Amino acid sequence: MSRIAIRNLTVRYGKHDALRNMNLDIPDGKITVILGPSGCGKSTLLRSLNRLTDLYDEVSVEGQVLIDGENIHDPRADLLALRKKVGFLPQRPFPLPMSIADNVRFGPRIHRMTREDILRQIGAPADAAASRHAAMDLLVEHYLKQAGLWEEVRDRLHAPGANLSIGQQQRLALARALAVEPEVILADEPTSALDPISAQLIEKRFQALKEKYTIILVTHVLRQARRLADYVIFLYMGEMVEHGPASFLNSPRDPRTRAYVGGEIS
Amino acid sequence: MLYRRIQEWFFRALMGLSLVIVLGSLVAMLGVLAWRGIGAISLEVLFQTPKGGYYLGGGGGIANAIVGSLYLALGGTVLATVLSLPLALALQREYASPRLARLTRLTLDVLAGTPSIVYGVLAFVIMVRIGMGASLIGGILTLTVLMLPIMTCAMAEVIALVPREMKETAYGLGATRWESTLAVVVRQSLPGLITAVLLAFGRGIGDAASVLFTAGFSDRIPTSLADPTASLPLAVFFQIGSPVKEVQERGYASALVLLVLVLLVSVVSRLIGRRFSRHVIR
Repeated sequence: MSRIAIRNLTVRYGKHDALRNMNLDIPDGKITVILGPSGCGKSTLLRSLNRLTDLYDEVSVEGQVLIDGENIHDPRADLLALRKKVGFLPQRPFPLPMSIADNVRFGPRIHRMTREDILRQIGAPADAAASRHAAMDLLVEHYLKQAGLWEEVRDRLHAPGANLSIGQQQRLALARALAVEPEVILADEPTSALDPISAQLIEKRFQALKEKYTIILVTHVLRQARRLADYVIFLYMGEMVEHGPASFLNSPRDPRTRAYVGGEIS
Repeated sequence: MLYRRIQEWFFRALMGLSLVIVLGSLVAMLGVLAWRGIGAISLEVLFQTPKGGYYLGGGGGIANAIVGSLYLALGGTVLATVLSLPLALALQREYASPRLARLTRLTLDVLAGTPSIVYGVLAFVIMVRIGMGASLIGGILTLTVLMLPIMTCAMAEVIALVPREMKETAYGLGATRWESTLAVVVRQSLPGLITAVLLAFGRGIGDAASVLFTAGFSDRIPTSLADPTASLPLAVFFQIGSPVKEVQERGYASALVLLVLVLLVSVVSRLIGRRFSRHVIR
Protein backbone atom coordinates (compact mmCIF):
# COMPACT_ATOMS: atom_id res chain seq x y z
CA MET A 1 0.00 0.00 0.00
CA SER A 2 1.10 3.54 -0.73
CA ARG A 3 2.76 5.72 1.81
CA ILE A 4 1.73 9.33 1.67
CA ALA A 5 3.83 12.00 3.30
CA ILE A 6 3.22 15.72 3.08
CA ARG A 7 6.23 18.01 3.55
CA ASN A 8 6.03 21.80 3.91
CA LEU A 9 3.04 21.94 1.59
CA THR A 10 1.68 25.39 0.76
CA VAL A 11 -0.98 25.88 -1.90
CA ARG A 12 -1.94 29.34 -3.14
CA TYR A 13 -4.77 30.55 -5.31
CA GLY A 14 -3.31 33.74 -6.68
CA LYS A 15 -2.15 35.52 -3.55
CA HIS A 16 -4.50 33.73 -1.18
CA ASP A 17 -3.00 30.88 0.85
CA ALA A 18 -5.45 28.01 0.70
CA LEU A 19 -3.09 25.79 2.68
CA ARG A 20 -0.16 26.89 4.78
CA ASN A 21 2.95 24.87 5.45
CA MET A 22 1.53 21.46 6.19
CA ASN A 23 3.55 18.53 7.43
CA LEU A 24 1.90 15.19 7.89
CA ASP A 25 2.13 11.44 7.35
CA ILE A 26 -1.10 9.76 6.36
CA PRO A 27 -1.53 6.27 7.80
CA ASP A 28 -1.88 3.39 5.32
CA GLY A 29 -4.89 1.14 5.15
CA LYS A 30 -7.02 3.41 7.27
CA ILE A 31 -9.76 5.91 6.75
CA THR A 32 -8.31 9.35 7.25
CA VAL A 33 -10.88 12.09 7.51
CA ILE A 34 -10.05 15.68 6.68
CA LEU A 35 -12.43 17.70 8.80
CA GLY A 36 -13.13 21.37 9.07
CA PRO A 37 -15.52 24.20 8.30
CA SER A 38 -16.24 25.35 4.72
CA GLY A 39 -13.41 27.12 2.98
CA CYS A 40 -10.72 25.79 5.30
CA GLY A 41 -8.71 24.13 2.53
CA LYS A 42 -10.05 20.57 2.80
CA SER A 43 -10.74 20.11 -0.90
CA THR A 44 -7.50 21.84 -1.81
CA LEU A 45 -5.55 19.41 0.34
CA LEU A 46 -7.37 16.48 -1.21
CA ARG A 47 -6.85 17.71 -4.76
CA SER A 48 -3.17 18.32 -4.16
CA LEU A 49 -2.81 14.59 -3.49
CA ASN A 50 -3.49 13.63 -7.12
CA ARG A 51 -2.69 16.96 -8.74
CA LEU A 52 -6.20 17.84 -9.73
CA THR A 53 -4.96 21.23 -8.54
CA ASP A 54 -3.30 21.43 -11.96
CA LEU A 55 -6.67 22.06 -13.57
CA TYR A 56 -7.20 25.35 -11.79
CA ASP A 57 -5.87 28.67 -12.96
CA GLU A 58 -3.29 30.49 -10.91
CA VAL A 59 -2.72 27.68 -8.45
CA SER A 60 0.79 27.40 -7.16
CA VAL A 61 2.05 24.54 -5.05
CA GLU A 62 5.15 24.66 -2.87
CA GLY A 63 6.62 21.86 -0.85
CA GLN A 64 6.25 18.16 -1.49
CA VAL A 65 3.69 15.42 -1.48
CA LEU A 66 5.58 12.14 -1.37
CA ILE A 67 3.77 9.00 -2.45
CA ASP A 68 5.99 5.95 -2.06
CA GLY A 69 8.91 8.31 -1.69
CA GLU A 70 8.31 10.14 -4.95
CA ASN A 71 7.36 13.82 -5.03
CA ILE A 72 4.23 13.95 -7.16
CA HIS A 73 4.46 17.71 -7.66
CA ASP A 74 7.80 17.30 -9.39
CA PRO A 75 7.18 18.40 -13.00
CA ARG A 76 8.83 15.18 -14.16
CA ALA A 77 6.44 12.97 -12.17
CA ASP A 78 4.30 10.61 -14.23
CA LEU A 79 0.90 12.25 -13.88
CA LEU A 80 -1.14 9.50 -15.52
CA ALA A 81 0.45 6.78 -13.38
CA LEU A 82 -0.19 8.92 -10.30
CA ARG A 83 -3.86 9.32 -11.10
CA LYS A 84 -4.16 5.60 -11.68
CA LYS A 85 -2.65 4.97 -8.27
CA VAL A 86 -4.77 7.59 -6.54
CA GLY A 87 -8.49 7.37 -7.31
CA PHE A 88 -10.86 10.29 -6.86
CA LEU A 89 -14.51 10.47 -5.91
CA PRO A 90 -16.07 13.90 -6.44
CA GLN A 91 -18.72 15.61 -4.38
CA ARG A 92 -21.41 15.32 -7.01
CA PRO A 93 -21.13 12.12 -8.99
CA PHE A 94 -20.86 12.72 -12.71
CA PRO A 95 -21.53 9.67 -14.81
CA LEU A 96 -19.47 9.92 -17.98
CA PRO A 97 -21.72 10.30 -21.04
CA MET A 98 -21.80 6.57 -21.80
CA SER A 99 -23.45 3.37 -20.60
CA ILE A 100 -23.18 2.02 -17.05
CA ALA A 101 -20.80 -0.73 -18.15
CA ASP A 102 -18.69 1.68 -20.21
CA ASN A 103 -18.35 3.95 -17.20
CA VAL A 104 -16.69 1.11 -15.29
CA ARG A 105 -14.64 0.07 -18.33
CA PHE A 106 -13.40 3.59 -19.03
CA GLY A 107 -10.32 3.47 -16.80
CA PRO A 108 -9.10 -0.03 -17.72
CA ARG A 109 -9.66 0.84 -21.35
CA ILE A 110 -7.58 4.01 -21.38
CA HIS A 111 -4.85 2.22 -19.46
CA ARG A 112 -4.82 -0.40 -22.25
CA MET A 113 -5.27 -3.33 -19.92
CA THR A 114 -4.93 -6.73 -21.60
CA ARG A 115 -7.06 -9.80 -20.92
CA GLU A 116 -4.33 -11.15 -18.63
CA ASP A 117 -4.03 -7.83 -16.74
CA ILE A 118 -7.76 -7.72 -16.16
CA LEU A 119 -8.07 -11.30 -14.92
CA ARG A 120 -5.06 -10.88 -12.64
CA GLN A 121 -6.46 -7.63 -11.24
CA ILE A 122 -9.84 -9.08 -10.34
CA GLY A 123 -8.26 -12.28 -9.02
CA ALA A 124 -9.96 -14.54 -11.56
CA PRO A 125 -8.29 -17.71 -12.90
CA ALA A 126 -6.37 -17.23 -16.13
CA ASP A 127 -8.92 -19.22 -18.12
CA ALA A 128 -11.98 -17.43 -16.79
CA ALA A 129 -12.43 -15.44 -19.98
CA ALA A 130 -11.47 -16.31 -23.53
CA SER A 131 -11.23 -12.77 -24.87
CA ARG A 132 -10.42 -9.30 -23.61
CA HIS A 133 -14.03 -8.40 -24.14
CA ALA A 134 -15.26 -11.24 -21.93
CA ALA A 135 -12.67 -10.32 -19.32
CA MET A 136 -13.98 -6.74 -19.34
CA ASP A 137 -17.47 -8.07 -18.65
CA LEU A 138 -16.12 -9.90 -15.60
CA LEU A 139 -14.35 -6.73 -14.51
CA VAL A 140 -17.54 -4.69 -14.77
CA GLU A 141 -19.36 -7.22 -12.61
CA HIS A 142 -16.51 -7.43 -10.12
CA TYR A 143 -16.34 -3.71 -9.42
CA LEU A 144 -20.06 -3.08 -9.52
CA LYS A 145 -20.30 -5.74 -6.81
CA GLN A 146 -17.54 -4.08 -4.81
CA ALA A 147 -19.41 -0.81 -5.01
CA GLY A 148 -22.65 -2.52 -4.01
CA LEU A 149 -24.47 -1.63 -7.20
CA TRP A 150 -24.46 -4.89 -9.16
CA GLU A 151 -27.82 -6.25 -8.08
CA GLU A 152 -29.57 -3.02 -9.05
CA VAL A 153 -28.09 -2.66 -12.52
CA ARG A 154 -27.23 -6.17 -13.73
CA ASP A 155 -30.14 -6.16 -16.16
CA ARG A 156 -29.42 -2.76 -17.67
CA LEU A 157 -25.69 -2.48 -18.01
CA HIS A 158 -26.07 -0.83 -21.39
CA ALA A 159 -28.45 1.84 -20.20
CA PRO A 160 -27.04 5.36 -19.88
CA GLY A 161 -25.33 6.11 -16.57
CA ALA A 162 -27.44 9.24 -16.43
CA ASN A 163 -30.59 7.18 -15.81
CA LEU A 164 -29.43 6.13 -12.35
CA SER A 165 -30.53 7.86 -9.17
CA ILE A 166 -27.93 10.12 -7.64
CA GLY A 167 -27.13 7.61 -4.91
CA GLN A 168 -26.60 4.92 -7.53
CA GLN A 169 -24.52 7.35 -9.57
CA GLN A 170 -22.18 7.83 -6.62
CA ARG A 171 -21.73 4.06 -6.29
CA LEU A 172 -21.12 3.90 -10.03
CA ALA A 173 -18.45 6.55 -9.55
CA LEU A 174 -16.94 4.38 -6.84
CA ALA A 175 -16.95 1.29 -9.08
CA ARG A 176 -15.39 3.34 -11.85
CA ALA A 177 -12.66 4.62 -9.55
CA LEU A 178 -11.96 1.13 -8.16
CA ALA A 179 -11.69 -0.37 -11.64
CA VAL A 180 -8.29 1.22 -12.24
CA GLU A 181 -7.19 -0.55 -9.04
CA PRO A 182 -5.92 2.48 -7.18
CA GLU A 183 -4.05 2.15 -3.91
CA VAL A 184 -5.51 5.31 -2.46
CA ILE A 185 -9.05 6.62 -2.74
CA LEU A 186 -9.69 10.32 -2.32
CA ALA A 187 -13.28 11.28 -1.67
CA ASP A 188 -14.51 14.87 -1.58
CA GLU A 189 -17.65 15.02 0.58
CA PRO A 190 -18.92 11.96 -1.29
CA THR A 191 -22.22 11.79 0.56
CA SER A 192 -23.16 15.45 0.75
CA ALA A 193 -25.44 15.29 -2.29
CA LEU A 194 -27.05 11.99 -1.27
CA ASP A 195 -30.11 11.00 0.69
CA PRO A 196 -29.39 9.39 4.09
CA ILE A 197 -29.90 5.83 2.91
CA SER A 198 -27.59 6.18 -0.07
CA ALA A 199 -25.09 7.97 2.16
CA GLN A 200 -25.14 5.09 4.58
CA LEU A 201 -24.54 2.63 1.75
CA ILE A 202 -21.48 4.58 0.66
CA GLU A 203 -20.17 4.76 4.22
CA LYS A 204 -20.54 0.99 4.60
CA ARG A 205 -18.61 0.52 1.34
CA PHE A 206 -15.77 2.63 2.67
CA GLN A 207 -15.56 0.58 5.82
CA ALA A 208 -15.39 -2.60 3.76
CA LEU A 209 -12.82 -1.17 1.36
CA LYS A 210 -10.33 0.13 3.88
CA GLU A 211 -8.75 -3.31 4.20
CA LYS A 212 -7.41 -2.95 0.68
CA TYR A 213 -7.12 0.78 0.19
CA THR A 214 -5.96 3.88 1.97
CA ILE A 215 -9.01 6.10 2.06
CA ILE A 216 -8.86 9.84 2.52
CA LEU A 217 -12.20 11.51 2.94
CA VAL A 218 -13.18 15.14 3.18
CA THR A 219 -16.22 16.05 5.21
CA HIS A 220 -17.62 18.90 7.20
CA VAL A 221 -20.03 16.61 8.99
CA LEU A 222 -18.61 15.91 12.40
CA ARG A 223 -20.81 12.90 13.00
CA GLN A 224 -19.68 11.32 9.76
CA ALA A 225 -16.10 11.79 10.85
CA ARG A 226 -16.87 10.08 14.15
CA ARG A 227 -18.53 7.18 12.38
CA LEU A 228 -15.83 6.57 9.80
CA ALA A 229 -12.50 7.98 10.85
CA ASP A 230 -9.52 6.06 12.08
CA TYR A 231 -7.41 9.16 11.81
CA VAL A 232 -8.53 12.79 11.74
CA ILE A 233 -6.95 15.93 10.35
CA PHE A 234 -8.64 19.13 11.52
CA LEU A 235 -8.12 22.12 9.27
CA TYR A 236 -9.12 25.68 9.99
CA MET A 237 -8.57 28.63 7.64
CA GLY A 238 -5.86 26.88 5.66
CA GLU A 239 -3.98 25.69 8.68
CA MET A 240 -3.68 22.23 10.13
CA VAL A 241 -4.77 22.72 13.72
CA GLU A 242 -4.71 19.18 15.06
CA HIS A 243 -4.33 15.68 13.79
CA GLY A 244 -4.21 12.24 15.31
CA PRO A 245 -6.17 9.04 15.89
CA ALA A 246 -9.90 9.72 15.80
CA SER A 247 -10.18 9.56 19.55
CA PHE A 248 -8.72 13.06 19.86
CA LEU A 249 -12.10 14.42 18.86
CA ASN A 250 -13.23 13.48 22.36
CA SER A 251 -10.60 15.60 24.02
CA PRO A 252 -9.35 18.27 21.65
CA ARG A 253 -6.55 20.48 22.90
CA ASP A 254 -6.73 23.46 20.61
CA PRO A 255 -9.51 25.98 21.37
CA ARG A 256 -10.50 26.07 17.66
CA THR A 257 -10.98 22.33 17.55
CA ARG A 258 -12.89 22.53 20.82
CA ALA A 259 -15.16 25.20 19.39
CA TYR A 260 -15.80 23.08 16.30
CA VAL A 261 -16.39 19.84 18.15
CA GLY A 262 -18.52 21.64 20.71
CA GLY A 263 -20.72 23.03 17.94
CA GLU A 264 -19.89 26.72 18.44
CA ILE A 265 -18.63 26.98 14.87
CA SER A 266 -19.46 24.74 11.98
CA MET B 1 -50.69 46.37 -6.95
CA LEU B 2 -52.58 47.20 -10.12
CA TYR B 3 -49.36 48.42 -11.68
CA ARG B 4 -47.66 45.09 -10.99
CA ARG B 5 -50.54 43.19 -12.44
CA ILE B 6 -50.45 45.31 -15.60
CA GLN B 7 -46.71 44.74 -15.80
CA GLU B 8 -47.23 41.00 -15.55
CA TRP B 9 -49.92 41.09 -18.22
CA PHE B 10 -47.89 43.35 -20.49
CA PHE B 11 -44.85 41.07 -20.57
CA ARG B 12 -46.95 38.00 -21.10
CA ALA B 13 -48.61 39.71 -24.04
CA LEU B 14 -45.20 40.74 -25.38
CA MET B 15 -43.94 37.16 -25.26
CA GLY B 16 -47.09 35.91 -26.96
CA LEU B 17 -46.65 38.52 -29.67
CA SER B 18 -43.04 37.50 -30.34
CA LEU B 19 -44.11 33.89 -30.60
CA VAL B 20 -46.84 34.78 -33.08
CA ILE B 21 -44.40 36.83 -35.16
CA VAL B 22 -41.79 34.05 -35.25
CA LEU B 23 -44.23 31.25 -36.05
CA GLY B 24 -46.17 33.55 -38.37
CA SER B 25 -43.05 34.35 -40.41
CA LEU B 26 -42.36 30.67 -41.03
CA VAL B 27 -45.95 29.99 -41.99
CA ALA B 28 -46.14 33.10 -44.16
CA MET B 29 -42.90 32.22 -45.91
CA LEU B 30 -43.97 28.67 -46.64
CA GLY B 31 -47.40 29.95 -47.67
CA VAL B 32 -46.18 32.58 -50.11
CA LEU B 33 -43.60 30.28 -51.68
CA ALA B 34 -46.11 27.45 -51.98
CA TRP B 35 -48.78 29.74 -53.41
CA ARG B 36 -46.50 31.31 -56.01
CA GLY B 37 -44.20 28.39 -56.71
CA ILE B 38 -45.95 25.09 -56.21
CA GLY B 39 -47.72 25.33 -59.52
CA ALA B 40 -44.38 25.38 -61.30
CA ILE B 41 -43.03 22.32 -59.50
CA SER B 42 -43.01 19.24 -61.67
CA LEU B 43 -40.77 16.27 -62.26
CA GLU B 44 -39.36 18.12 -65.24
CA VAL B 45 -38.43 21.16 -63.15
CA LEU B 46 -36.89 19.08 -60.39
CA PHE B 47 -34.93 16.59 -62.45
CA GLN B 48 -33.96 18.31 -65.70
CA THR B 49 -31.42 20.96 -66.54
CA PRO B 50 -32.49 24.07 -68.50
CA LYS B 51 -33.16 23.48 -72.19
CA GLY B 52 -32.80 26.07 -74.94
CA GLY B 53 -34.94 29.11 -74.32
CA TYR B 54 -35.51 28.12 -70.68
CA TYR B 55 -35.11 31.67 -69.47
CA LEU B 56 -37.75 32.82 -71.91
CA GLY B 57 -40.25 30.29 -70.65
CA GLY B 58 -38.91 27.23 -72.48
CA GLY B 59 -38.64 23.69 -71.12
CA GLY B 60 -36.23 22.13 -68.65
CA GLY B 61 -35.70 22.56 -64.94
CA ILE B 62 -33.47 23.57 -62.08
CA ALA B 63 -31.65 20.28 -61.44
CA ASN B 64 -28.39 22.12 -62.22
CA ALA B 65 -29.04 24.50 -59.31
CA ILE B 66 -30.29 21.82 -56.90
CA VAL B 67 -27.31 19.54 -57.47
CA GLY B 68 -24.92 22.50 -57.59
CA SER B 69 -26.19 23.85 -54.27
CA LEU B 70 -25.91 20.42 -52.64
CA TYR B 71 -22.35 19.99 -53.93
CA LEU B 72 -21.38 23.45 -52.77
CA ALA B 73 -23.02 23.29 -49.35
CA LEU B 74 -22.02 19.71 -48.56
CA GLY B 75 -18.45 20.27 -49.72
CA GLY B 76 -18.21 23.45 -47.69
CA THR B 77 -19.80 21.84 -44.63
CA VAL B 78 -17.45 18.86 -44.67
CA LEU B 79 -14.35 21.04 -45.02
CA ALA B 80 -15.56 23.56 -42.43
CA THR B 81 -16.36 20.76 -39.96
CA VAL B 82 -12.94 19.22 -40.37
CA LEU B 83 -11.39 22.59 -39.56
CA SER B 84 -13.87 23.88 -36.98
CA LEU B 85 -14.05 20.93 -34.62
CA PRO B 86 -10.34 20.83 -33.78
CA LEU B 87 -10.30 24.61 -33.48
CA ALA B 88 -13.31 24.66 -31.17
CA LEU B 89 -11.82 21.87 -29.04
CA ALA B 90 -8.52 23.70 -28.87
CA LEU B 91 -10.28 26.70 -27.32
CA GLN B 92 -10.78 24.66 -24.13
CA ARG B 93 -8.84 25.73 -21.08
CA GLU B 94 -6.66 22.62 -21.30
CA TYR B 95 -5.18 23.63 -24.63
CA ALA B 96 -5.40 27.38 -24.99
CA SER B 97 -4.55 30.03 -22.42
CA PRO B 98 -7.55 32.19 -21.53
CA ARG B 99 -5.98 35.14 -23.36
CA LEU B 100 -5.41 33.24 -26.56
CA ALA B 101 -8.92 31.79 -26.38
CA ARG B 102 -10.43 35.24 -25.87
CA LEU B 103 -8.51 36.69 -28.78
CA THR B 104 -9.51 33.81 -31.04
CA ARG B 105 -13.17 34.15 -30.06
CA LEU B 106 -13.10 37.86 -30.75
CA THR B 107 -11.59 37.26 -34.18
CA LEU B 108 -14.17 34.59 -34.95
CA ASP B 109 -17.01 36.86 -33.86
CA VAL B 110 -15.81 39.56 -36.21
CA LEU B 111 -15.48 37.05 -39.04
CA ALA B 112 -18.92 35.59 -38.33
CA GLY B 113 -20.40 39.06 -38.62
CA THR B 114 -18.65 39.87 -41.90
CA PRO B 115 -21.11 40.11 -44.81
CA SER B 116 -20.75 37.23 -47.23
CA ILE B 117 -20.24 39.51 -50.25
CA VAL B 118 -16.93 40.49 -48.65
CA TYR B 119 -15.85 36.85 -48.61
CA GLY B 120 -17.02 36.52 -52.20
CA VAL B 121 -15.03 39.54 -53.38
CA LEU B 122 -11.94 38.51 -51.42
CA ALA B 123 -12.03 35.00 -52.84
CA PHE B 124 -12.62 36.41 -56.32
CA VAL B 125 -9.56 38.66 -56.06
CA ILE B 126 -7.42 35.71 -54.98
CA MET B 127 -8.82 33.47 -57.70
CA VAL B 128 -8.10 36.08 -60.39
CA ARG B 129 -4.58 36.49 -59.04
CA ILE B 130 -3.84 32.77 -59.29
CA GLY B 131 -5.62 32.45 -62.60
CA MET B 132 -8.52 30.33 -61.40
CA GLY B 133 -11.94 30.67 -62.98
CA ALA B 134 -15.36 30.50 -61.36
CA SER B 135 -15.67 26.86 -60.36
CA LEU B 136 -17.22 24.36 -57.97
CA ILE B 137 -14.00 24.20 -55.95
CA GLY B 138 -13.80 28.01 -55.79
CA GLY B 139 -17.36 28.11 -54.44
CA ILE B 140 -16.73 25.31 -51.94
CA LEU B 141 -13.60 26.95 -50.56
CA THR B 142 -15.32 30.33 -50.25
CA LEU B 143 -18.26 28.74 -48.45
CA THR B 144 -15.85 26.91 -46.17
CA VAL B 145 -14.32 30.22 -45.10
CA LEU B 146 -17.79 31.70 -44.66
CA MET B 147 -19.00 28.77 -42.53
CA LEU B 148 -15.86 28.33 -40.46
CA PRO B 149 -16.36 31.15 -37.93
CA ILE B 150 -20.09 30.48 -37.55
CA MET B 151 -19.53 26.80 -36.91
CA THR B 152 -16.54 27.26 -34.63
CA CYS B 153 -18.32 29.84 -32.46
CA ALA B 154 -21.37 27.62 -32.08
CA MET B 155 -19.23 24.59 -31.30
CA ALA B 156 -17.03 26.40 -28.79
CA GLU B 157 -20.15 27.56 -27.00
CA VAL B 158 -21.52 24.06 -26.42
CA ILE B 159 -18.09 22.67 -25.59
CA ALA B 160 -17.72 25.29 -22.88
CA LEU B 161 -20.92 23.96 -21.29
CA VAL B 162 -19.41 20.55 -20.51
CA PRO B 163 -19.18 20.53 -16.70
CA ARG B 164 -15.68 20.87 -15.35
CA GLU B 165 -16.36 18.09 -12.83
CA MET B 166 -17.08 15.70 -15.67
CA LYS B 167 -13.69 16.37 -17.19
CA GLU B 168 -12.15 16.14 -13.74
CA THR B 169 -13.65 12.66 -13.42
CA ALA B 170 -11.93 11.55 -16.61
CA TYR B 171 -8.63 13.11 -15.53
CA GLY B 172 -8.99 11.54 -12.11
CA LEU B 173 -9.05 8.13 -13.81
CA GLY B 174 -5.79 8.90 -15.56
CA ALA B 175 -7.15 10.08 -18.91
CA THR B 176 -5.00 12.31 -21.08
CA ARG B 177 -6.40 15.58 -22.40
CA TRP B 178 -7.08 13.93 -25.72
CA GLU B 179 -8.85 10.94 -24.17
CA SER B 180 -10.97 13.20 -22.02
CA THR B 181 -11.79 15.38 -25.00
CA LEU B 182 -12.78 12.50 -27.23
CA ALA B 183 -14.61 10.28 -24.76
CA VAL B 184 -16.22 12.91 -22.60
CA VAL B 185 -16.31 16.36 -24.19
CA VAL B 186 -17.27 15.34 -27.71
CA ARG B 187 -19.86 12.81 -26.54
CA GLN B 188 -21.41 15.17 -24.07
CA SER B 189 -21.66 18.04 -26.53
CA LEU B 190 -22.54 15.96 -29.61
CA PRO B 191 -26.13 17.21 -30.05
CA GLY B 192 -24.87 20.79 -29.85
CA LEU B 193 -22.07 20.05 -32.29
CA ILE B 194 -24.58 18.68 -34.77
CA THR B 195 -26.66 21.83 -34.39
CA ALA B 196 -23.55 23.90 -35.10
CA VAL B 197 -22.85 21.99 -38.31
CA LEU B 198 -26.45 22.43 -39.30
CA LEU B 199 -26.45 26.15 -38.64
CA ALA B 200 -23.44 26.56 -40.88
CA PHE B 201 -24.94 24.31 -43.55
CA GLY B 202 -28.12 26.38 -43.60
CA ARG B 203 -26.13 29.56 -43.87
CA GLY B 204 -23.98 28.13 -46.65
CA ILE B 205 -26.67 26.65 -48.84
CA GLY B 206 -28.72 29.82 -48.72
CA ASP B 207 -25.91 32.24 -49.45
CA ALA B 208 -25.88 33.89 -52.86
CA ALA B 209 -23.27 36.61 -52.51
CA SER B 210 -20.30 34.37 -51.76
CA VAL B 211 -20.86 32.03 -54.72
CA LEU B 212 -21.81 34.76 -57.21
CA PHE B 213 -18.23 35.37 -58.41
CA THR B 214 -16.59 32.20 -57.18
CA ALA B 215 -18.83 29.40 -58.43
CA GLY B 216 -20.42 31.33 -61.27
CA PHE B 217 -23.48 29.88 -62.93
CA SER B 218 -24.00 27.12 -65.44
CA ASP B 219 -26.89 25.34 -67.06
CA ARG B 220 -25.10 22.03 -66.73
CA ILE B 221 -24.48 19.86 -63.70
CA PRO B 222 -20.77 20.12 -62.94
CA THR B 223 -18.76 16.99 -63.66
CA SER B 224 -15.49 18.18 -62.19
CA LEU B 225 -14.34 20.52 -59.44
CA ALA B 226 -13.10 22.94 -62.09
CA ASP B 227 -16.52 23.36 -63.72
CA PRO B 228 -18.59 26.39 -62.85
CA THR B 229 -21.85 25.51 -61.17
CA ALA B 230 -25.31 26.91 -60.59
CA SER B 231 -26.80 27.28 -57.13
CA LEU B 232 -30.35 27.67 -55.84
CA PRO B 233 -29.98 31.17 -54.36
CA LEU B 234 -28.67 32.49 -57.67
CA ALA B 235 -31.33 30.56 -59.56
CA VAL B 236 -33.93 32.31 -57.42
CA PHE B 237 -32.30 35.66 -58.02
CA PHE B 238 -32.01 35.33 -61.79
CA GLN B 239 -35.47 33.88 -62.36
CA ILE B 240 -37.56 36.09 -60.11
CA GLY B 241 -35.98 39.09 -61.82
CA SER B 242 -37.29 37.89 -65.16
CA PRO B 243 -40.30 39.61 -66.81
CA VAL B 244 -41.58 36.23 -68.05
CA LYS B 245 -44.27 34.83 -65.79
CA GLU B 246 -43.33 31.14 -66.19
CA VAL B 247 -39.73 31.93 -65.31
CA GLN B 248 -40.80 33.95 -62.27
CA GLU B 249 -42.89 31.05 -61.03
CA ARG B 250 -39.96 28.71 -61.41
CA GLY B 251 -37.98 31.22 -59.33
CA TYR B 252 -40.48 30.85 -56.50
CA ALA B 253 -40.37 27.09 -56.98
CA SER B 254 -36.58 27.22 -56.60
CA ALA B 255 -36.93 29.14 -53.36
CA LEU B 256 -39.43 26.58 -52.12
CA VAL B 257 -37.05 23.74 -52.97
CA LEU B 258 -34.24 25.54 -51.13
CA LEU B 259 -36.40 26.01 -48.05
CA VAL B 260 -37.60 22.41 -48.05
CA LEU B 261 -34.01 21.17 -48.44
CA VAL B 262 -32.89 23.17 -45.41
CA LEU B 263 -35.86 22.00 -43.33
CA LEU B 264 -35.29 18.41 -44.38
CA VAL B 265 -31.61 18.45 -43.48
CA SER B 266 -32.49 20.09 -40.18
CA VAL B 267 -35.09 17.49 -39.21
CA VAL B 268 -32.97 14.52 -40.27
CA SER B 269 -29.89 15.77 -38.41
CA ARG B 270 -31.92 16.35 -35.30
CA LEU B 271 -33.21 12.80 -35.43
CA ILE B 272 -29.67 11.52 -35.83
CA GLY B 273 -28.57 13.82 -33.02
CA ARG B 274 -31.24 12.45 -30.72
CA ARG B 275 -30.01 8.95 -31.41
CA PHE B 276 -26.57 10.00 -30.16
CA SER B 277 -27.74 12.03 -27.19
CA ARG B 278 -28.88 8.99 -25.22
CA HIS B 279 -25.87 9.21 -22.96
CA VAL B 280 -25.73 12.97 -22.52
CA ILE B 281 -25.76 13.96 -18.87
CA ARG B 282 -28.27 16.69 -18.13
